[in-house]
Amino acid sequence: MKAVVRHRLFWPAVMLVVLLIGNTFYSPSFLKVTLRDGHFYGSLVDILRSATPLALVALGMTVVIATAGIDLSVGSVMAISGATACLWISELGDQNAVGGVLVAVALALLLSLVLGVWNGFLVAAIGIQPIIATLILMVAGRGIAQLITGGQIITVNSSPYKVIGAGYALAIPVSVIIVAVFVAVAAVLVRRSALGLLVESVGGNPTASRLAGIKSARYIWIAYVFAGLCAGIAGLIFSSNVSSADGNNAGNLIELDAILAVVIGGTALTGGRFSIAGSILGAVVIKTLDITIYTVGVPTSSTLLFKAIVVIALCLAQSPAFRAKFARRRSAAEATA
Amino acid sequence: MDEILTMRGIGKRFPGVVALDGVDFTLRAGEVHALLGENGAGKSTLIKLLTGVYDIDAGEIRLDGVPVRFTGPGQAQAAGISTVYQEVNLCPNLSVAENIMIGREPRRFGKISWSKVRQHAGALVARLDLSVDVTAPLSSYSIAVQQMIAIARAVDVSAKVLILDEPTSSLDASEVQQLFALMRRLRDDGVAIVFVSHFLDQVYEIADRITVLRNGGLVGEWAVADLPQLALVEKMIGKELSALERLEEQGRPSVAALERGAPLVAADGVGRAGSITPFDLTIHKGEVVGLAGLLGSGRTEVARLLFGADRADSGTIQIDGKPVAMRGPGTAMTHGMAFCSENRRTEGLVEELTVRENIILALQARRGWSRPLSRRRQDELVSKYIKALDIRPADPDRPVRNLSGGNQQKVLLARWLITEPRLLIIDEPTRGIDVGAKTEIQKLVAELSDGGMAVLFISAELEEVLRLSHKIAVLRERRLVEVLENDDAVDQDRIMATIAGGNP
Repeated sequence: MKAVVRHRLFWPAVMLVVLLIGNTFYSPSFLKVTLRDGHFYGSLVDILRSATPLALVALGMTVVIATAGIDLSVGSVMAISGATACLWISELGDQNAVGGVLVAVALALLLSLVLGVWNGFLVAAIGIQPIIATLILMVAGRGIAQLITGGQIITVNSSPYKVIGAGYALAIPVSVIIVAVFVAVAAVLVRRSALGLLVESVGGNPTASRLAGIKSARYIWIAYVFAGLCAGIAGLIFSSNVSSADGNNAGNLIELDAILAVVIGGTALTGGRFSIAGSILGAVVIKTLDITIYTVGVPTSSTLLFKAIVVIALCLAQSPAFRAKFARRRSAAEATA
Repeated sequence: MDEILTMRGIGKRFPGVVALDGVDFTLRAGEVHALLGENGAGKSTLIKLLTGVYDIDAGEIRLDGVPVRFTGPGQAQAAGISTVYQEVNLCPNLSVAENIMIGREPRRFGKISWSKVRQHAGALVARLDLSVDVTAPLSSYSIAVQQMIAIARAVDVSAKVLILDEPTSSLDASEVQQLFALMRRLRDDGVAIVFVSHFLDQVYEIADRITVLRNGGLVGEWAVADLPQLALVEKMIGKELSALERLEEQGRPSVAALERGAPLVAADGVGRAGSITPFDLTIHKGEVVGLAGLLGSGRTEVARLLFGADRADSGTIQIDGKPVAMRGPGTAMTHGMAFCSENRRTEGLVEELTVRENIILALQARRGWSRPLSRRRQDELVSKYIKALDIRPADPDRPVRNLSGGNQQKVLLARWLITEPRLLIIDEPTRGIDVGAKTEIQKLVAELSDGGMAVLFISAELEEVLRLSHKIAVLRERRLVEVLENDDAVDQDRIMATIAGGNP
């Protein structure tokens, strides 16, 4: 029992359960999942579906943060990825041509990889501080995305493209399947190869890692490229879901939610040990919280405040120092009572 | 003498471990009290209980006869107990005066009165006979001076009990003397000083009284005069000194027995501006080469250039007779070199990773990320070395942070030994670790060289260098001044003379 409580995902899991239960008070059918027209419907499905872009971005962010870095540019990469795909599709003679859509997707992902390589170059090869290095693309990337879309919102009408973010397979949203498979493959790759260990070592103690013969620059670079790819896929899911690309708003401020998801998942911003499962759980908690705000009917003007309070409560519950203090107070109170 | 602090029947347990049990500790005003024991004996725990970092589970602490209980470092400090740790916990970029007064700046109308800050700090350093410009940034002074400034700050904040945890481990001999002068002055002012150190000679020089702990229990308290050094070591390790003596008897390695063929590694005019003057050095298979010299004389710099940790800007390094372009530690490793840094924590271990992960790190780095060691191979290697080096606790999945210094050093050694190096460079492997572990590591070096491994052995302890080396390279002021065959003609005095710059 103690081991369960001390597990680093215990408190986020508790928070998720509390949020879900809380929702059922306001909306008794909240937990109900129904099968309609061969699709699963229900708030739980909505949560998972809406969490897919964030979960992907958080996955990439986790690995970057494990190297003691940070990637602020993920939102912009999302926008660029979506814009590229939509621009390509909108120029197609037949927007429903599967081949054309595949090329669009490939182009978008390739560009995302290139952007990741750019970030990695700035951080690992030039040695710019990650927060500054990725800030460059965070700002410039919005510009690039707007350049691609010509300052307009590009709307596409392509059913193959729509499948990515809004389609269903085996009654499950395709986006959820894509993310589940991608996360699983990434997790296995990271933990079965030595990549995870070497990244944790580089983030945990760069000097010691260098003296142990680890080529830190290589692993840091890989982390940013991976984060770029994750953001690219997230961008495709996001834009496919709405069948349009908005260079200005797609992925706006998602980097902050992603960082939050990583922290909730128990990975320290100082680098080192990381938990992919934790970050995914963190992303789901954040999206559940967003949906709770609607179910509970928090006034729009105070949604951010509500979110902030819940997040603070969660972070405090997770902090061993705070829990120790709280426990001490309580035992002292019991002693005097 | 007045008993200023008494701890009686102190107990502290952590999950699964009893860290301290029934320990008594008495501190009198105006004494330097050495707290000794091997790594893991409970010294650090006792200090943390005393400074309020941990809360006691059993027993009683009295300060000036009044029972006290600390639930935080702030309380202990307010009660008059200050600590200065091995690593200086000050801000290098602030001035000396700011560092001394930080957190308690004299204010006027809510604004800091900088002139008073400087005045107060200046008066303090003058009173303690430190020749320091309080307006200069802290980083412009040596570590030794920084440490004394930390001590000045500590006694200024609260001047009853001063705890010095391994204060001398990064100081050279003359700096130690400066520190001791400061300690004596404070002692004469009535401050009670707790002195934790692994350097027993220093303990005998400065301490008035000794308390020895072993395995979380109290062994006893003695006046220094009543406890000869040999007896003290026995109390600390709790057994006869057989192991230590055996090594002593074994004597130095025979230079004659060593067959020197072509050198394994030959450095020819290798140097780096501002770091070390170009030097020549050859290391043969099965040879232990000792590097002797004062702290800062360039010992570590020699090692770092050979291993490629720093880039040499002159000279060539030949391995097996062929010149090698050292691009970094990776190059050195592919040629069979290994380097255990003197700074275990900052340059050696990744503390949050487990013992297992730390041990396989170098080998895995050499294989690259795509060729992971199988779990079975990991278990095999790790358990083999945990056993061979007697790493305790023998739990490969424990974070290495939770191990004592000696065991951490062994983990670092294990990391390099599993790469099966041909040249092992070890920088101060025995600093800050207990007598038992020290002996084991010395024995290991002797065995490895008997087995054909070349070893470059760096130590500040001449005795150790003399005992282990076939050849001794002496450094002075960042220059390799002499290479001596370690035969009967060479002794400590001879090396000391070279280090000191007398006629070689």
